[in-house]
Amino acid sequence: MKQFRAFVIKEFYHILRDYRTLLILLAMPPILILLFGYTITNEIQDAKIAILDYSKDATTSSIKSKLLAGNYFKLEYELNGLDEVEAIFRKGSIREAIVFESNFEENLAKTGIANIRIIADATDPNTASTLLSYTSSIIKSYLDEINENVEMPYSINTEIRMRYNEELRGAYLFVPGLITVILMLVSAMMTSISITREKELGTMESLLVSPMQPLQIIIAKMLPYLFLAIIDAVIILIVGNAVFGVPVRGSVLLLMVEGILFIITALSLGLLISTITSSQQVALMMSLMGLMLPTIILSGFIYPISNMPQIIQWLTHLIPAKWFNLIIKSIMLKGAGLDILWKETLILAGFAVFFISLSLKKFNIRLQK
Amino acid sequence: MANSIEIKNVSKSYGNTVALKDISLSVNSGEIFGLIGPDGAGKTTLIRILATLLLPDKGSAVMTNYDVVKDYKKVRSSVGYMPGKFSLYQDLTIEENMQLYATMFGTTVEENYHLVKDIYSQIEPFKKRRAGKLSGGMKQKLALSCSLIHKPEVLLLDEPTTGVDPVSRKELWEMLKKLKNDGVTVFVSTPYMDEASLCDRIALIQAGEILGIDTPESIVNSFDKTLLSINSSDKYKLLNDIRSYEHCNSAFPFGESLHYTDKRTSFDIPQIYEYLRNCGNTNVEIAVIKPAIEDCFMNLMVGE
Repeated sequence: MKQFRAFVIKEFYHILRDYRTLLILLAMPPILILLFGYTITNEIQDAKIAILDYSKDATTSSIKSKLLAGNYFKLEYELNGLDEVEAIFRKGSIREAIVFESNFEENLAKTGIANIRIIADATDPNTASTLLSYTSSIIKSYLDEINENVEMPYSINTEIRMRYNEELRGAYLFVPGLITVILMLVSAMMTSISITREKELGTMESLLVSPMQPLQIIIAKMLPYLFLAIIDAVIILIVGNAVFGVPVRGSVLLLMVEGILFIITALSLGLLISTITSSQQVALMMSLMGLMLPTIILSGFIYPISNMPQIIQWLTHLIPAKWFNLIIKSIMLKGAGLDILWKETLILAGFAVFFISLSLKKFNIRLQK
Repeated sequence: MANSIEIKNVSKSYGNTVALKDISLSVNSGEIFGLIGPDGAGKTTLIRILATLLLPDKGSAVMTNYDVVKDYKKVRSSVGYMPGKFSLYQDLTIEENMQLYATMFGTTVEENYHLVKDIYSQIEPFKKRRAGKLSGGMKQKLALSCSLIHKPEVLLLDEPTTGVDPVSRKELWEMLKKLKNDGVTVFVSTPYMDEASLCDRIALIQAGEILGIDTPESIVNSFDKTLLSINSSDKYKLLNDIRSYEHCNSAFPFGESLHYTDKRTSFDIPQIYEYLRNCGNTNVEIAVIKPAIEDCFMNLMVGE
């Protein structure tokens, strides 16, 4: 036990004395949050649209003014014919075109059905679908208003409500996602580098010829980074809440426990990398390409998993970050508890046990395999 | 006297490169045993096998009655190992490194201070300095102190004096002598032939093969040829000329002069002198000298 304690203290010295790396590790989370928060966002603001109104009656103009009332849409062009729509999209500045059929008011009054065509630039599909849902919900709310004055109001109330994130705030999506990514980065990359550094500098040679057990070495290596990763998670939660108002609706304690579980999984992945590489550079590249990219792309952090091809969706089951991302989002945004998340938690725990035992088995007690 | 280290028919290859060929040797308890040979001879591989860090392809090695493969854990706690490459934590201070190693082996610096006192006291004034900022000699003294702090029965040292200034080299060897008097078996490798005489027994190693094992004196005495030291104005020409001499057995440049042995058992020095003069060498000087370890090494190499 005394050996173990001395070893943990030594690891803390390594981290604290390499103050540049420490600074990066502590400054990175808030910087990333601010960058993501202010640049990568799905929120709609002043989206430029074009309107082609064949009818030009009272109803269409009130729908138009309703659309343009908020700061979501900005009317850029009034068009005169359908042929102009294509040309204006080609120019690239218009995200959406709205076409009112002729005799719009008359059709609505007589048959109760009037047609609006909404054309969106789907080169950016996420923005396009958001724009479409904004537009249709504004039109629906107009319909609701006029239905009130009709004698027999029949409203087809297909309200689209963005649950848990009513305003479709990007921050709600990326703060939990960012915690996932940063925990992965700090834990996996730093441990893999820290062990390969011992190999590269030759200190592993002295370490092996000592009574220290592999398990002791491994856990002692993990502890300081576990500590550091928890600090990072707390920083992100605080900044996310203070700057972007992202709440933690569920239990903070549960969030921390799940976080620690995920950190242990990531740490053991880092260990696994360090057991199969012998230079810090290779370890760095492997953690970046082998862990970071899948974490960012396949965890559902940026790209919705439901939009992926079926095969890739199956593949995401193998990404521990995907499960943690599900857990952390549910706890933070839905206030879910362990009664709902026990399955995901078990899967994550399974990953942790699997990777730790694998890296223990692969840990070289000699300088060769 | 019991054998501290017993190596039997050990072979080791890295892919197609043969590092050790059928090595057998034994080291007595309480002696300083020198493994002497040039870079790439296989010294580090052999020491790493003894330190349980590498597995031999063939053969076996026993350290203090424990097999280095089967009982590697027991070997590890009874052996002090100082790798050739400085392998302490550069970002920890002298004191922190010492305490870490002491704790790792389940002891304290205070408990075994007497073992390392002679050498550690020299670097102790700088104990707050980080190991990475030490000079070569100080680094080796620290590494030696760390490998000694748990009172090992056998000390394995891989080129402890490489990259160390002459004064520190001398101090390190004096330290090894003291350890020997304390009953520690010392197995040390070095590329410096002049350090051979400081060992009780030596093994000359070249290209993974042992050329000879004996006390330094016996190895020198076994040199059965007349050794000549030859000098002239143009050393390069001299070397080429003497090597093309029909009776030349070996000729190697040694510092200022050339060391030469002849194929014949008896020969006339004037005859060689004449030959060299005829080749156009000026200021030729020839003297009979006593062989040193290095000459024996070269001689054994040629014999191979």
